[in-house]
Amino acid sequence: MRPEARVDASLEITVLVSVGRHPVTGRARRADQDARAVELARGVADASVRLLHAGGKEADSEPALRGYLGMGFDALTLVEQPEGADALPALADALNEAPPQLVITGERAEQGEGSGLLPYLLAERLGWPVVSGLAAVESVENGVATLLQALPRGQRRRLKVRLPAIVTVDGAAPAPRQSAYGPARRGHLAAVPGSVTVDEAWASWETQPARKRPKRLKIVKAASARDRFKAAAAKAEGGGGQVLTDVTVEEGAEAILKLLKEEGVLR
Amino acid sequence: MLDILLPILIFAALGLAAIGVVRRVRLWRQGRPSPVPLVKGLASVPRRYLVDLHHVVARDKVMSNTHVATAGGFVAAAVLMVLVHGLGLAEGVLGWGLLAASATMFVGSCFVARRRRNPPSRLSKGPWMRLPKSLMAFSLSVFAITLPAVGLLPDNFFEGSVSWVLALALSAVLVWGLGEMVFGMAWGGPMKHAFAGALHLAFHRRAERFSTRGGEGKRSTGLKALNLDDQDATLGVEKPSDFTWNQLLGFDACVQCGRCEAMCPAFAAGQPLNPKKLIQDMVVGMAGGSDANYAGSPYPGQPVGEHQGSPQGPIVAREGKALVDAETLWSCTTCRACVEECPMMIEHVDAIVDMRRFLTLEHGNTPNKGAEVLDNLIATDNPGGFAPDARMHWAADLELPLMADRGEAEVLLWLGDGAYDMRNQRTLRSLVKVLRAADVDFAVLGNEERDSGDVARRLGDEATFQSLAKRNIATLSKYRFQRIVTCDPHSFHVLGNEYGELGGPGMPAQYEVSHHSTYIAELFDAGRLHVKPWKGGGVTFHDPCYLGRYNGEYEAPRSVLKALGIELKEMERSGFRSRCCGGGGGAPITDIPGERRIPDMRMGDVGETGAELVAVGCPQCTAMLEGVVDATAEVRDIAELVASALTEAPEAFAGAAQQSSNRPQAVEVA
Repeated sequence: MRPEARVDASLEITVLVSVGRHPVTGRARRADQDARAVELARGVADASVRLLHAGGKEADSEPALRGYLGMGFDALTLVEQPEGADALPALADALNEAPPQLVITGERAEQGEGSGLLPYLLAERLGWPVVSGLAAVESVENGVATLLQALPRGQRRRLKVRLPAIVTVDGAAPAPRQSAYGPARRGHLAAVPGSVTVDEAWASWETQPARKRPKRLKIVKAASARDRFKAAAAKAEGGGGQVLTDVTVEEGAEAILKLLKEEGVLR
Repeated sequence: MLDILLPILIFAALGLAAIGVVRRVRLWRQGRPSPVPLVKGLASVPRRYLVDLHHVVARDKVMSNTHVATAGGFVAAAVLMVLVHGLGLAEGVLGWGLLAASATMFVGSCFVARRRRNPPSRLSKGPWMRLPKSLMAFSLSVFAITLPAVGLLPDNFFEGSVSWVLALALSAVLVWGLGEMVFGMAWGGPMKHAFAGALHLAFHRRAERFSTRGGEGKRSTGLKALNLDDQDATLGVEKPSDFTWNQLLGFDACVQCGRCEAMCPAFAAGQPLNPKKLIQDMVVGMAGGSDANYAGSPYPGQPVGEHQGSPQGPIVAREGKALVDAETLWSCTTCRACVEECPMMIEHVDAIVDMRRFLTLEHGNTPNKGAEVLDNLIATDNPGGFAPDARMHWAADLELPLMADRGEAEVLLWLGDGAYDMRNQRTLRSLVKVLRAADVDFAVLGNEERDSGDVARRLGDEATFQSLAKRNIATLSKYRFQRIVTCDPHSFHVLGNEYGELGGPGMPAQYEVSHHSTYIAELFDAGRLHVKPWKGGGVTFHDPCYLGRYNGEYEAPRSVLKALGIELKEMERSGFRSRCCGGGGGAPITDIPGERRIPDMRMGDVGETGAELVAVGCPQCTAMLEGVVDATAEVRDIAELVASALTEAPEAFAGAAQQSSNRPQAVEVA
């Protein structure tokens, strides 16, 4: 049941995985997006896949990380970080030490900052290209990967990117396989020391539970079934948009302020 | 001449059989160890055979008598044959006894032959078709060679030239008989069932199933816990040698009568499962080879001969075919109809769950919604993924007493995950109304309750089951109550029969658990409920598997319905032969396609009785049966029927009731 060691693999992939948080109960779990990233990596032919996590090894994060091992891995590299440390430098160092050709991540973490910026900052630091929202990795030949990017409304865009590169997965990527308890339990969490950079800004932040954001209602004025279907398939969009060109900074700012007041964001 | 030939033949057959026995035993010993009491087990065989096994066989009177004559005749004839012809002790009564035994066996074999003339489809053909002839060959030849020994024929009858040919022909027939009955028994012929079956009875994995001189055997239906402490052990059964040795022995005991096949709801629905074939596949796997020689009904939709296995090979392949397809294992509803019917006491459900455990815990391959349900159970403690603190929303207006506030109560009402299901909430509200009408001192765990773990366990996820169970046990240990009452037979079974093994030191997990029908029946008996007479139409009752076959409760629901003034129109398959609704064992979650749906067939059974209403006692059964399109009968839980029939106590009781109650009056049911 364990994946056979692929020593002659031509392609090395590292998947960055994080500790997720269940949306209903808040329990630690394998993050959905990161699990999709692992599934995407497993779907690439002739690739050796490594799992990398930078973070603490707290009591509740271990079962969550083992959830990734349960997808058929013997080991997960754990760059240990104390609470409040910035994962970015640690990950960059770990990737620099043994650079893979492809790094796959989820779009954003399920807890912590969850800003979705990590892939971009990492790409900037490493000087690699970044492609977001993948639905599939179609092929890798001669150091060039053919990727399928997911766009809204089921559209797809085929891209070629020179490796090494960082890519993030979209919700349209294949659903992750089930995590099996046996392999998850037997797998090895290989802790390696890494550089620790304290995130000073984070330490000064205050966190509070998120409130539900208001959603723009879709008002459908459709005469025919075709229009109704189009409206149902469309994403909610603001109707009365306005493009301002050749305006001064003050005029622009005033226009924005006016809009915010109209929408009731500012009172 | 026969004087010389007979001992040679008999002892040669016995010698070859001994070799076969050693070979067969070594096949079983490939399995995992499982300690058994050797001498005590062997000593219990006669009783287990004559009482427990025959209790099952006797459901078919003709076959039972046939078997008594044939098997009894054979055992006696074989022993006497060795004494009379093998050792030459023909004197006196022994020879006459042998004549009687072989004659009895012959009569029995005639009935076997009659049954084989137009065998029902559930019977295996192939080598089994020659068995009546072999039985006759043995009994007739033994009868004939014994005639001179008792003096009915002259001593020298088989001498002289013509008789010499006769003797030779008779010996040939005897060789056939001995070949089938003695040699074949040990080398895997149809008679293997007798030899393996006797040892299977002796070393059965659930010894408590059998009666003892002290009393009846206990129902032993709880699954056995998987040891999760050993980090390196493979979890569940991957290859035939991962079964315990006495499970392998049990597979070998199968007599291929197909009673399991006739009762299996998945087989009837055309899903790719046939319990008989599954057991035969395990035998094939144990010995190594292909299933091409199997001569019974195949798995529906799967031709015989495409699967093969070996003792050390996988049972289910990740890709392609091995011994069994995963769909076969996931088709089972764990209704135990096969186990209930099996005259050889084989435990099909244990084997299926053992193999499922491997698929889920090691392969991570629970089909369809299985993975999602298990993830939900891990993350939210309920299969639907609902918020744990929404568990009591259905009872927002009922002001149910919480155990957390009370600390103790006479009855702990276990709600089950039906608390999240709008249909089952109607049942729960009815049950609360009934309990309040009877002035029962009860309390609920509320949001502290978790899924009992039934579905996780039957989907093979023993780790999640044990996690849920241990947390539930810890919660229950905080409170004092006399018994647990639940309207979910699955929770009932798991709490009552499967938690006990998981209790820790200082935290015993032995509970007195009652199904709500049992408890309501007791309330009726105690005169605490008063109902209007029944005015509706015909009613039938569907026995839930986990209430009936798993826990033997057939009477209480019927006595409640009787107390309501309902006269039941029983279905043909009711009681211990009740047909599953298709909702057990996670079958609605794994959802293996068949030609028909199991609940449709069950509603067909209901329709045959002409009943307008089918009473049920299980949230799964309610959901499955109500899901039937164009059903001829309404589905009502017993609690709903009682609640809608409740009435004020007659005058004589009114005073007493008023004194004892300052609780809210019975509440209206939606």
